[in-house]
Amino acid sequence: MLQVKALNKRFASTHAVKEVSLEIAKGEMVGVIGSSGAGKSTMLRLLNRLIEPSSGQVIFDGRDITALKGKELRHWRAQCAMIFQQFNLVPRLDVLTNVLLGRVSYNPTLPMMIRHFSASDRALAAQALERVNLLPQALQRADTLSGGQQQRVAIARALIQQPQIILADEPIASLDPRNAQMVMDSLREINQRDGLTVLCNLHTLDTAKHYCDRIVAMQHGAVVFNGSPEQLDSKTIRAIYGGQSDAQDLIEGITSTSLTAKVAVPA
Amino acid sequence: MNTLNSYPAHWQRHSSARRLASFMGYLALVSLFVYCWQLMTADTMWVFVLDAPQAAQDLASRAWPPRWSYMERLWSPLWDTLNIATLGTLLGIVLAVPMAFLAARNTSPIPWLTRPLALVIIVASRSINSLIWALLLVSILGPGLLAGILAIALRSIGFIGKLLYEAIEEVDQKQVEAIRATGASGLQVLNYAIVPQVLPSFLSISVFRWDINIRESTILGLVGAGGIGAQLMASMNVLAWPQVTLIVLVILLTVVFSEWVSAKVRRAII
Repeated sequence: MLQVKALNKRFASTHAVKEVSLEIAKGEMVGVIGSSGAGKSTMLRLLNRLIEPSSGQVIFDGRDITALKGKELRHWRAQCAMIFQQFNLVPRLDVLTNVLLGRVSYNPTLPMMIRHFSASDRALAAQALERVNLLPQALQRADTLSGGQQQRVAIARALIQQPQIILADEPIASLDPRNAQMVMDSLREINQRDGLTVLCNLHTLDTAKHYCDRIVAMQHGAVVFNGSPEQLDSKTIRAIYGGQSDAQDLIEGITSTSLTAKVAVPA
Repeated sequence: MNTLNSYPAHWQRHSSARRLASFMGYLALVSLFVYCWQLMTADTMWVFVLDAPQAAQDLASRAWPPRWSYMERLWSPLWDTLNIATLGTLLGIVLAVPMAFLAARNTSPIPWLTRPLALVIIVASRSINSLIWALLLVSILGPGLLAGILAIALRSIGFIGKLLYEAIEEVDQKQVEAIRATGASGLQVLNYAIVPQVLPSFLSISVFRWDINIRESTILGLVGAGGIGAQLMASMNVLAWPQVTLIVLVILLTVVFSEWVSAKVRRAII
């Protein structure tokens, strides 16, 4: 179980994350919504400590994540794989090597300098690529793939980290609706089949409602809603997105890429 | 309507103060030119300048045709010159790469200490011409190839180091973040997120410097650091102009060749 206790992050002039407290059970798929600048991305990066919190605690299965250092911290990062809006592959390396990058933290540094990966690592990478239907492209350079394919490579990279949690930062914001659906479907499938906890920043409300067990809404760095998709009524939405005149117009505006889940979501 | 009427009937781009300032600027420029012309001609002995065409013609007639038979004694120094440039560039690369990573803001391990240190080395290397490096090294190591190679290497550190650390500072941080998020160590992030991004610039910079070094190594012989420059100096001292012509032609061809190679290689990389 992932527990977040009174987490704060202050940058020079902004208070990006304010007193955030959450509890996320193992195997849950949680969607974090909110307008841009609400602190969603910062919050996600506080969890794997790409950004250091100003105060507060993150606890995973009783372990204080905020106190980890060096090797233990790197091990924690391997445990919670991250997926990015811009995919963040290394464009000049081939697809297979990009996936294998998910294994570097499990290997000693020196053999890694000459890009030597063990047979078992390469087998894992091939399996992961097969799962996202990209095995034929394994030896192509990453920048020859389309956006949707690149994001699936990023998912394969996350998978071979053999993580317990997947942190997805706006994974579909740069994709067309079809690719967005494919990416969300595979995240949901990983969540259901492998029982991984998924924490997903989204800004399309419909997507969050369709795919997630629970929705957390953030505004100005603070959590303003935390509950099931059914509890999220138009009054709450209006409050989250800043109470403009007509909530109905607003909802249509922010759900322009409305997706319907292919994977059955258990009631 | 009021605001419209308040504009002057006759429109001018600049205010009168601005026009006066720009006139004064041009005036200063012209005055400077006149002053420089006077300074330049003050110490010129016009008698010599007047017969310059004859002098040039005289030199050309004595320098032509080139003494082709001298070529057999040029092959060995020419080979030395190429070796000075190539080995010097390789040694320069070996020394410059760590400097670049120490100097770049995003890779410097202890920024307040290693960054200034590496920058001082880079600047020192860049600010001294390789001919001066060669002069210093010849007096320390004695004349010969070694002094030439070290002179080229010392000058190359600054050039390669500076261009490479600028390339390192411009890498895409998104890739760095992604590799860091997998739990990679600092060295692994360097290897997988930064090295692939700077590799093309690194190769291009190195080949470019090699091309420059070919040119620079042809003159190092003038101060005793080996190579074809020594032959040039010796021939000029005994007024053997046909030999000088041949050496200049050989240098020209070598430089054209190195430019051709470096252009080819760089096109292949990009």
